[in-house]
Amino acid sequence: MIRAHVLICGGTGCTSSGSQTIQQAFADSIEACGLTEEVKVVQTGCFGLCALGPVVIVHPDGTFYSRVEAEDVPEIVSEHLLKGRVVERLVYNDTGSDAPVEGSVSLNDTAFYKTQNRVVLRNCGVINPESIDEYIAMDGYAALGKVLTEMTPEDVIKEITDSGLRGRGGGGFPTGRKWALTAPNKAPQKYVVCNADEGDPGAFMDRSVLEGDPHCLIEAMTIAGYAIGATEGYVYVRAEYPIAVARLQLAIEQAREYGLLGKDIFGSGFDFDLYIRLGAGAFVCGEETALMTSIEGNRGEPRPRPPYPAVKGLYGMPTVENNVETFANVPQIILRGAEWFASMGTEKSKGTKVFALGGKIKNTGLVEIPMGTTLREIIDEIGGGIPDGKKFKAAQTGGPSGGCIPADLIDTPVDYDNLVAIGCMMGSGGLIVMDEDTCMVDMAKFFLEFTVDESCGKCTPCRVGTKRLLEQLDKITQGKGTLEDIDELERLCYYIKENSLCGLGQTAPNPVLSTLKFFRDEYVAHVVDKKCPAGVCKDLLSFTIDQEKCIGCGMCARACPADAISKTDYVAPGHKLPSYTIDTSKCVKCGACLASCKKIKAISKQ
Amino acid sequence: MKSLAELQAIKEKMQNKVALREGSGEKRVVVGMATCGIAAGARPVLNAFVEQVNEGGLAATVTVTQTGCIGLCQFEPVVEVTEAGKEKVTYVKMTADKVARVVEEHLKGGTPVADFMMKA
Repeated sequence: MIRAHVLICGGTGCTSSGSQTIQQAFADSIEACGLTEEVKVVQTGCFGLCALGPVVIVHPDGTFYSRVEAEDVPEIVSEHLLKGRVVERLVYNDTGSDAPVEGSVSLNDTAFYKTQNRVVLRNCGVINPESIDEYIAMDGYAALGKVLTEMTPEDVIKEITDSGLRGRGGGGFPTGRKWALTAPNKAPQKYVVCNADEGDPGAFMDRSVLEGDPHCLIEAMTIAGYAIGATEGYVYVRAEYPIAVARLQLAIEQAREYGLLGKDIFGSGFDFDLYIRLGAGAFVCGEETALMTSIEGNRGEPRPRPPYPAVKGLYGMPTVENNVETFANVPQIILRGAEWFASMGTEKSKGTKVFALGGKIKNTGLVEIPMGTTLREIIDEIGGGIPDGKKFKAAQTGGPSGGCIPADLIDTPVDYDNLVAIGCMMGSGGLIVMDEDTCMVDMAKFFLEFTVDESCGKCTPCRVGTKRLLEQLDKITQGKGTLEDIDELERLCYYIKENSLCGLGQTAPNPVLSTLKFFRDEYVAHVVDKKCPAGVCKDLLSFTIDQEKCIGCGMCARACPADAISKTDYVAPGHKLPSYTIDTSKCVKCGACLASCKKIKAISKQ
Repeated sequence: MKSLAELQAIKEKMQNKVALREGSGEKRVVVGMATCGIAAGARPVLNAFVEQVNEGGLAATVTVTQTGCIGLCQFEPVVEVTEAGKEKVTYVKMTADKVARVVEEHLKGGTPVADFMMKA
C-alpha cells in the first residue's frame, strides 16, 4: 500500500537542471531501503518555481525541497521517507535568512504560492502528465462528458461567452464571440486549431501546460469542436518543445485508446480527432493566418484579413483558433460555471492570467494570478523583489510586441484594458523585470533586433521599416544621433504600426514607443549629453581611475585584456605606490578593471 | 469511452491514489518513525493505518503521515491523531492489530479508543 508520493518536476526547467537523474536516484534509494511497496515516485509538470529547480515535493505532508542534487537523495529517503524526519537543510526557505527552516514547509504556505490562484495550472506539478487516469481522478474529461450529454452547442457557447473569457495569446478577443462567429458558418468541414507556437522571448506558459497537463488541452479542444461543429483539430506546437510534443502525443494516443477522441464519444454520436503539427520556430507563425498557412504545408506568411478564420481559415474552411492557455480555462468554466469564472478578475478581464517571470527578479518562474493583481504584488510579494538590493526600473510585458511599465506605475492593476491604456499590452504573458542597470534604449534595441530577424518579409513596412528603426537605434546608442533622429524614430514607429500587414509588424514598434513615452530623457541623454545613464551602451562609456584613491596594487592592469592600463609617476598622499591610469584610446570597455577594483572602488564608469 | 459511468468508474478507482497529494485531510494520523519507533515496530503500524484508511474509504478526510521521535521512547510505537478544534489524542505501544479499532471507533466513529491511550 502506497503511503507517500514523491513528486519530481519533469518540466523543461527542472529537466535541464537534472531532475531525470534525481528521479533515478530516488527509485534506487527507495528500493535499497525496501520502500518500493510504500513510496511512489511520480514525474509531474512544472511547479512554477523554476529558479529553485530541481524541485521535489513529498506528500502527504507536502514538504517542498528545492535545488535537490542526486547526492541528497539517499538522505531524503532514509531520513524523511523511512524515519519521518524532514531534511531541513534542503527545505525551501523564503524567509530571506540563511538559517535552515524548522520542520516541513508546504508549497502553499510560501510567499510565492500564497497569492496565486491556480486555474490553468491547477494540475501542473500535481498529476503525472503521462497518466490519463490521474487526469480523470482530478475531474478530467468530466466537462467533456457534461457537454456531450447535457448541453447543446449553443449552451456551450453561451457559457463561455458569459464567463467573459478572453484570448490569452495577447489580443484579448472574447473567446465566446469567436466561437459564436464560427458556429453558424456552413461548410463540409470545420477545424479547431490550437496555437502553441509560443515565440515571445522568455515566455513559457503554454509549454508548461502542455508538459504538465496535456489532457486538459485535448478535452478543451474537443469541447470547442462540439460547440462549433468541427470534427478535426490541429495543435501547432514548436519543435523546440520536445518534452511538450512527446507528452501531448502520448496523451492523444491515450485519449484515443479510451475513446475520448475518435468516433461516437460518450455514445453521443459526436466524432472528433486531433493531430499535432510541428512549427520550425518562426515567430511570425504565432500569427493566426501565418500559422494556418504553415499547417497547410506552405511557407509561414500571414495574409490580409478579412476574410477572418471564422469564415475562411484552415484549408479555406471555418476555423476557431485559440491559444493553449485560453483552452486550458474551458473545462473548468464548464464544470464550475460561468459565474464562478466571472467572479475572478476585473470588470472587463475575467479569470486569471499566467505570467512567466523573468529578468532581474529573485523568483523566476511561472505564476498564475487573478486579473487585476498589481505589478507591485507580482514583483515584490510573489517574485520576491529585485536581487542585490537594486531598484526596480520597469517591467516589459508582451515581449517584442509589448511595452514597458515604469516604476511610477507599479500600482497599475494588470489586466487587458489597463495595459493598453498605458501603451502596453498583455501579450502572451512574458514579464521581464528590469532594474536600474538596464538601459531602456538598449532594451528597445534588443527587441527590435528580434523583430528584424523574425519579420517574414512579405510586407514592406515591416520588412524595411523595422530594419530602419534598428539602424536609428544603433545610431543613438553609439552617440551619433540627434534630437531630430528621435522625432524621426517616433514618426517611423507610427508609420509601421499603421501600414503593416499582420500583428508582428503592427506591434513591433511598441517597445520603442513605450520607452520613448516613459524614458524619453534617456534617449535625450544619449543624443545630447552623449551619455548612457544606466552605463550599458559601450560607445558612450568611459572608465577612469581616481588617482587619489588608487593604492597602486596593479590588479586592474593585470585584469585588462587590452593592455590599456599603465602605471603613472604620481603617488597620492598617504599611499606608498604610484597610481594607475587608463588609456581611453586602447580601452575596449569590457569592465574587467571595474570588477577587479571592488574593494578600493577607485575605478568609475560613466 | 461510451458512457459517463465508465468515466466515473475510472475516477473512483484513481481518486484514492491521488488523494494523498491534496493534503486537505481533516484528521491527521501521525506515526512516530524514529529509530526507537522503527525498532519497536512502527512500520507495520504505519502500513496498517495506510491500508485500512484507504480500504475504509477515508482517504479524502484522513491523512496518514509520519514524524521523527515524539519523545516517549519507552511507549513506542506512538501514534498521534489530530483534528482541527479537538485535543490531540496519543496512542502508545501500538501494534498492527490495534489499528483496526482506532480506524473503526476513532477515525470513523469519532470516539477515541481509551484502552490504547497513555494512562496518566
